[in-house]
Amino acid sequence: MKHTLSVLVENKPGVLTRVAGLFARRGFNIEGLAVGPSEDPRLSRMTITIDGAEHPIDQVTKQLHKLINVVKIRDLDPSGMVAEELMLVKVSAEGDKRSETLQIAEIFNAKIVDVERRSVILRVVGSAAKLEALLELLRPIGILEIVRTGSIAIGRGKG
Amino acid sequence: MAPQSRMKGSEAIIRALQDEGCDVIFGYPGGVVIPFYDALLDADLRHVLVRHEQGAAHAADGYARATGKVGVCLATSGPGATNLVTGIANAYLDSIPIVAITGQVKSDLIGTDAFQEADTTGITLPVVKHSYLVKEAAELPRVIHEAFHIAATGRPGPVLIDIPVTASLAEVAYKRSDALELPGYKPTVRGHVKQIRSAAKAIDEAERPVFYVGGGVISSEGAPELLRVAELRRLPVATTLMGLGAFPETNRLSLGMLGMHGTVTANYAVHECDLLIAVGTRFDDRVTGKLSAFAPKAKVIHIDVDPAEIGKNVEPLIPIVGDAKHVLAALAKELEALEWSPEQTAAWWAKLRGWQDEYPLHYEDPTDGTLAPQFVIEEIDRVTESAAVICTDVGQHQMWATQYYTYAFPRQWISSGGLGTMGFGLPSSIGAKVGRPDATVIDISGDGGFQMTVQELATAVNYDVPVVVAIINNRYLGMVRQWQDLFWNKRYSQTHFERQPDFKMLAEAYGAVGMAVTDKDQVADALREAIACGRPAVIDFNVAAEENVYPMVPAGSSITEMIGGVAPRRRKKS
Repeated sequence: MKHTLSVLVENKPGVLTRVAGLFARRGFNIEGLAVGPSEDPRLSRMTITIDGAEHPIDQVTKQLHKLINVVKIRDLDPSGMVAEELMLVKVSAEGDKRSETLQIAEIFNAKIVDVERRSVILRVVGSAAKLEALLELLRPIGILEIVRTGSIAIGRGKG
Repeated sequence: MAPQSRMKGSEAIIRALQDEGCDVIFGYPGGVVIPFYDALLDADLRHVLVRHEQGAAHAADGYARATGKVGVCLATSGPGATNLVTGIANAYLDSIPIVAITGQVKSDLIGTDAFQEADTTGITLPVVKHSYLVKEAAELPRVIHEAFHIAATGRPGPVLIDIPVTASLAEVAYKRSDALELPGYKPTVRGHVKQIRSAAKAIDEAERPVFYVGGGVISSEGAPELLRVAELRRLPVATTLMGLGAFPETNRLSLGMLGMHGTVTANYAVHECDLLIAVGTRFDDRVTGKLSAFAPKAKVIHIDVDPAEIGKNVEPLIPIVGDAKHVLAALAKELEALEWSPEQTAAWWAKLRGWQDEYPLHYEDPTDGTLAPQFVIEEIDRVTESAAVICTDVGQHQMWATQYYTYAFPRQWISSGGLGTMGFGLPSSIGAKVGRPDATVIDISGDGGFQMTVQELATAVNYDVPVVVAIINNRYLGMVRQWQDLFWNKRYSQTHFERQPDFKMLAEAYGAVGMAVTDKDQVADALREAIACGRPAVIDFNVAAEENVYPMVPAGSSITEMIGGVAPRRRKKS
């Protein structure tokens, strides 16, 4: 089962290295990692996606907690969280392909953020599943480049 | 508000160290730490100039183990810092509180491959409890205060502070810091009351209980509480290598050490027990052998200050996160309130005594005119009346030192457990003796490990640190040879030292006392003379070349599958 960890860390140089280093050292495989500022300028929030079947999630969180710069860890309950990911996809758009791409984009609520003679860039936000579904449809048209942020997640309700 | 005074960053480092109660630094100068050494000239702070930075880290480690205080070592950037790494890793694996300070190139040169630049915080990242790169001199007082706090609290460990020379040279308004900006660091010291009550109940119900205690009992200063709990219920106690001294081996409740070279009784006890009370220990593979066959009949109580250790290797029925001393004290209180009769464990004790009688440690005297290494250790035990501080290197001599010396006090045993660092013995003994000048400090080394840090003899002589080095000299890398003997068809690849120096002459060349002993009758006299001379002394004990350490649990086997556990005289009887 996939676990989404929301990890509050001190906003200091080297913290990401410590987290990444810990994962490498203990043999934990990160599936996704996104970092950014939090509501408190002294703290950053990381969203780490990890396969719980492969690694005992309890060990992962306990080891993370041992890092002095890690302040708080939440293992988000999938039914009690909102998780979104941002993806940019560059798709080939020659001839008929252009209109097909635009149609698919509309269905997925993806925005065309750049248009060139031979390609278009789509921006889409959604769950990992939605992003995968979009890619599935775009593949026959010709995907030139994909870039994804990794999932960011937040627990519903208070706290 | 505390008074402020303006000074250089280098002076602030010294002031902050003094404010933390540091009374000695083990170090080695170099380019970027010249400002520090310059400030040291005018400061009242003892410095021991080692002969190699690895020695500085081990000495700080030995000092910390012997005194319970934080040990401090210092080195320059680049190679100075990388030479510390083995010592830092050693302290990390054994949870020893040291603060390692390294110089770094100027702030604006970091990342340019400057002369003697190394990414010290990066290189040491996997082997420190925490580390700092301090570019602003103003942060030095707080960082040093935090470093000591982190090193010594919770599960102790090494903290590294990397200081660019620009910060050492900058002016700073020094104010003693009691600030801790550590929002993510709050070790749990007191165990959960309900869990402790459950543990007491489990002990109350157990018919075949056994304590399995590690270094956490020593680092928490919890030995008196352990003794109290054990005596309340006549609980047998087995210790790990790191736990030697946590429980007096002179006590009838002691089963000695468990694990790969532990006593048969301790290993059988763990195998047969119905309740395993693990305290300040981490179910290391050298203790458990084959994990799935470890303590198969037991409920497990695991007490440890590091939550990550609980459930890492063995899932306990009753986990208790907390400091061993606190938890054991609380456990004693709970047990005092419960009625109990020794009858409950009488059958268990009869069984344990039977094993002790059946499987004592044993060895035979060699017939080739050399000494039995075990005999040398026994003589050290007798001559020092089981009261010396014993430091060791790593290998066969280390295991014999666990088996044939009697440890009765915490901080009496100083040995590289987790990392298994050859060369640890001599420098750690210097650190121990500096920290406890009144103690008799003996470094039991092998002829291999001794030569890895032999240059520290110069340090011992230089500062008049009268440690006694007992070299258990078998002209082999004995433990590797033993594995080759038992598991590699006696193919002794690169484990025989064909030429060794004359250790007596080598010691004398350094200005230490040198002796060489082959005769059984001279062992005790040589030891007495070396201890009495009041100078660093080296005794080269010529021991049997191919003696093995028994009993032995082969790696990955169940701890009941011991080689050499049964004494020959017993074998003949049956």
